[in-house]
Order: sequence, then structure tokens, then C-alpha cells
Amino acid sequence: MDVELQDVTVRKILHGITLAVGSGEVHGIVGPNGSGKSTTLRCVYRALEPSGGVVRLAGRPLAGLPVRESARAMAALTQDSHVEFDFTVAEVVAMGRLPHQTGFDRETAEDRGICADALSRMDASYLAGRSFLSLSGGERQRVLIARALAQRPEVLVLDEPTNHLDINHQIAVLRLVRGLGITVLTVLHDLNLAAAYCDRIHVLDAGRVVAAGKPADVLTPQVLEEVFRVRAHVVPHPTSGVPQLLFEHQEVNP
Amino acid sequence: MTKRLCAGLAVLLGLSVVCGVALGPVSVPFGDVLRLLKAAVTGGVLQPVDAGPYRIVWDIRLPRVLLAAVVGAGLAVVGVAIQAMVRNALADPYVLGISSGASVGATAVATMGLFASLGIYALSTAAFLSALAAMGLVYLAASRGGLTPLRLVLTGTAMAYGFSAVAMLLVFQSPRGEAARAAMFWLLGSLGGVTWASLPVAAVTVVAGTVWLQTRAKQLNAMSMGDETATTLGVDVARLRKALFVATAAMTGVLVAVSGAVGFVGLMLPHLVRLLVGADHRKVLAVAPLAGACFLIWVDVAARLLAAPEELPLGVITAALGVPCFVFLMRGRGYVFGGR
Repeated sequence: MDVELQDVTVRKILHGITLAVGSGEVHGIVGPNGSGKSTTLRCVYRALEPSGGVVRLAGRPLAGLPVRESARAMAALTQDSHVEFDFTVAEVVAMGRLPHQTGFDRETAEDRGICADALSRMDASYLAGRSFLSLSGGERQRVLIARALAQRPEVLVLDEPTNHLDINHQIAVLRLVRGLGITVLTVLHDLNLAAAYCDRIHVLDAGRVVAAGKPADVLTPQVLEEVFRVRAHVVPHPTSGVPQLLFEHQEVNP
Repeated sequence: MTKRLCAGLAVLLGLSVVCGVALGPVSVPFGDVLRLLKAAVTGGVLQPVDAGPYRIVWDIRLPRVLLAAVVGAGLAVVGVAIQAMVRNALADPYVLGISSGASVGATAVATMGLFASLGIYALSTAAFLSALAAMGLVYLAASRGGLTPLRLVLTGTAMAYGFSAVAMLLVFQSPRGEAARAAMFWLLGSLGGVTWASLPVAAVTVVAGTVWLQTRAKQLNAMSMGDETATTLGVDVARLRKALFVATAAMTGVLVAVSGAVGFVGLMLPHLVRLLVGADHRKVLAVAPLAGACFLIWVDVAARLLAAPEELPLGVITAALGVPCFVFLMRGRGYVFGGR
């Protein structure tokens, strides 16, 4: 299932974002703070109605789709951080089944199986009985991704999925997400991870897409200098060959 | 676990109703209570000597006990719903200013004799109408730019101060000192003088509201995780919050009209229930009405007995009973309010 943004505008933040994620592809959005990455995602996962432009899911404009229907196809890791009540981890993950249930529906054996599978994929089965509020930032993040997986989505929208995760889990989560074979649009802060795990990267700056393409074509010293104002050397990864960045930490006089 | 708890509470509720009818300034033996209730329901024949007790049991105590159950259940359920709606563990049914709004109407009746033609229903009617007006005002003020949780709480709180100020002004301007006392007593909650007539509307409202909320329990769970998350889980958050506002405001308005503003129940009962069954609204909304009903029946029994033949306001007793019990439970279980 593909996702397409066409000229998406949000007053004062986004100035006509156009990008398309083909079915089964993993696309990354990178950019400096305040460049509109999360706002772009919020337009996709429907927390925000764009003031102009259109977002399409499998060719159908999102605006005309009931949220329940889009939730059956698309899951998201949002930046909601405040949880008021003390749910257990199992209860949080079970919420992922909500779009597939109606009214008084209880969880079926199938639902429970899907939730257990999602938790184990996130290496978090041992947390099932714990209180969600008692977890560390990284554990919470893994549980929330498990909840998104429990939706069995065809499109996954992730806002900084590696936030709070240790390096082991950063790699594990991105490798898992790639291995799902579904369409993924993710904001990533770590450019090296973006280069290693994304088919294409969209670079945002001041609410506009300033570069887009394969990691090797986009993550160039020129783009990094212009957009992020850092100097970097691009070197191929010794085993995989994907471009990796080494940053200059000292003032260098050219 | 939850099913067993509900079954236990249902049995406790039955026992509480019987005890509530038996206990009072004039106590009626339990055997007589059961016999008289059976006679009333099945149409049996009574001896002339039963006439007095029958009047106490059937005409005075039973409607009062049943209304206590309805009000307790309603307040507990509304408390759960409002805390989820504004995503704030400190919210209670009165946070939206509904009860302060109702107090304007009630004090107007008590101090100026409005709606005198309605007799004993004047106070309830005025309270309900002004609660509806307050609900409309809060909604209009809060809805511009979307009903966000914070906007609802702030608007409700600000409006509540305004409404209370009007009610206080009415009390202080009144030449009738007795009226001020009546208004104050009503504000703290009382089920004195309840008749069968006030039961049906309250019961139907509470039952219908509770069943509707139970159908929305999973959406309430999703909303507790944040509006954006709820949206990605397929919940139309704006629409749900509007519906919750109307449902909880209407329920609160009816409850306040029949019993005044009984404090504590709507704030603390939801937390007590969460301590027992966790945060899942499917469980909380099943247990809360039963627990609230039992709780308020016994509170009302205490209100009748402690200072007999005088009656205490319910709000005084709910606070005196609830606070220590709550502190005890909280210390024992490591319960979390609003994050660690």
C-alpha cells in the first residue's frame, strides 16, 4: 500500500511537501530541528488536517476516509508522551487491536496471539505484566512500537522510533521494521541509521523538501553543509557499502 | 477477577439496600423489612399493625436508598468518564462547572422563591435548568478552536468560580437567613425528603449513560494514551469528546438536581476502583457503578444516624469516610496518579 503527499501545506510550518512512498518501501525523513518533520508525519497519521494539499493512502485521499478505516491499514508511533492512567503493558499493546474490533468485542484468541507476537518481536514479552508508567523511556518506546505492530498495518508511520533506545535496540527495531515488508515512513535523527535502513531519504529544511533520493545521492557533504551546517566526510561502510558519515568536530579552515 | 468482584459487589449491593432500609432513626428489624418488601412487590396482605413500618419502609426509606444507589453509581461512572475525557486524574464530575451552575438555580429558588408553583420540585427543576445553561456556556466558551482537555478544565474551573460567585451573592443578598442555610445544605448534598417521583428520571439517565459509556470503554482507553494516538487507533477524538461532554454533563445535571452536589464520590471512587482492577475502562466501568452505589447507600445511612434526628450533609460524610480509606489504599499498593 503506497502513501503519497502532494503539495501538503500547514500554515507557517509546511510549504508544499510532495513525496511518495511506494508499496513496501522504507523512506526516511531527516532535517534539522523545526524543519517540519513531525508536522509532515502528523498530516499522514491524521493528527493534523493540512491547510492545503492532499495526503493519499493507496490512492484515496485521507480526508475522505473515516479514521477507523485508515487505522485498519496504517499504524503510527506518535509523539504523545503524557499517559495519565496506569495501564499494564499487555493492555497498551491490546489497544492496537481496537480498529479491528467493534462495540463490546472482547479480545479473541487471535487478538491475543497477535499482541504476544508483537511484544516478542520487540523483545518485550517479559514486560507484559508490568505497569506502563513504571517503564524506562526505551522500554516504553518498544512497547508503543509493539502496539503499532499489533494493528497489523500495511503502512507504518514512525516519529523517531529509535528515540531513547540503546544502540542494540536501535538496530534491532530498524532491522525488524525493514523486515516486515510493509510501507514505512519514518523520521530519523541519526543520519547513519537513515542511510543504512532507508530506500530513500527526504531532507526537509524550513518546511520544504530540499533533497530527495537514494541515501548515497542525498547525504552529500554539500547537503549536510547547507541544511545541517556541519562538515562531514562520506565514506562507504566497510561491509555493506552504504554511505556513512564522519563529522568534523573541530573548526577546519579550508 | 473482575467478574468475581462484580458478583461480590452485586451481592453487597443487595445487602446494602436491605440494611439501608432497616437502619435509621426508627430502625425496622431485618425480617420485617424483607417481609414488608415482599408484600409490597407481590401484593401480599398486611396486618393493621404493619401500617407504620410499611410507610417507613416503602414510602420513605426504599426510594431514598434506591436513589442513593443511583446517585452513587452515576457519580462514580461520570467521574471515570470525565477523568478520561479531560485526561486528568484530578478531575471530578463538577470540574466542568455543572454543579456550580446548578447551585445558581437552587439558591435562586431557596432565597427568592422562584418557581414556587412547582412546590417541592422547584429546587430540582431550577437546579437542572441552570445546570443545562452552565453546560451550554462552558461548551460555547471551550469549543472555539477544539475541545482540548486543558481548555475544558480551565474553562470549566473559571466558569465554576463565576457561577459560585453568583450563588454566594444571592445567599448574602437574601434577607432570609433560613434560606441561606437551606441552600448550603443542598449544596453539600442530601437525599432527605426523596420520594418515588424523583427516582425514574435519575435511574433511566444513569443506566442509559452507563451502558453507553461501557460501549465506548475501549475508545476511552485509547484516548487515555493521548489524542494523537487515539486517532491512529481509529477513534474520532473530537466527536467522542463532544459526545462525552454532553453525556456526562446531562448525567451530572440530573444527579445534582435530585441530590445536590455530593463531593468525593466522583473523584475518589474511580481511583479506588482502578486500584482494584487497573486502568482498563472496560473493567473500571463495570465495577465503578456497583462500588459507587454501595458506597453512597452507606454514606446516606450514616447521614441519617450520626446526628439523628438531625441529618448531616452527605458531602461531610463522603469526605470523612473516603479520605482516610483512600490514603490507606494508596500507601499500600504503590498506586500511580498521573505518571511517576
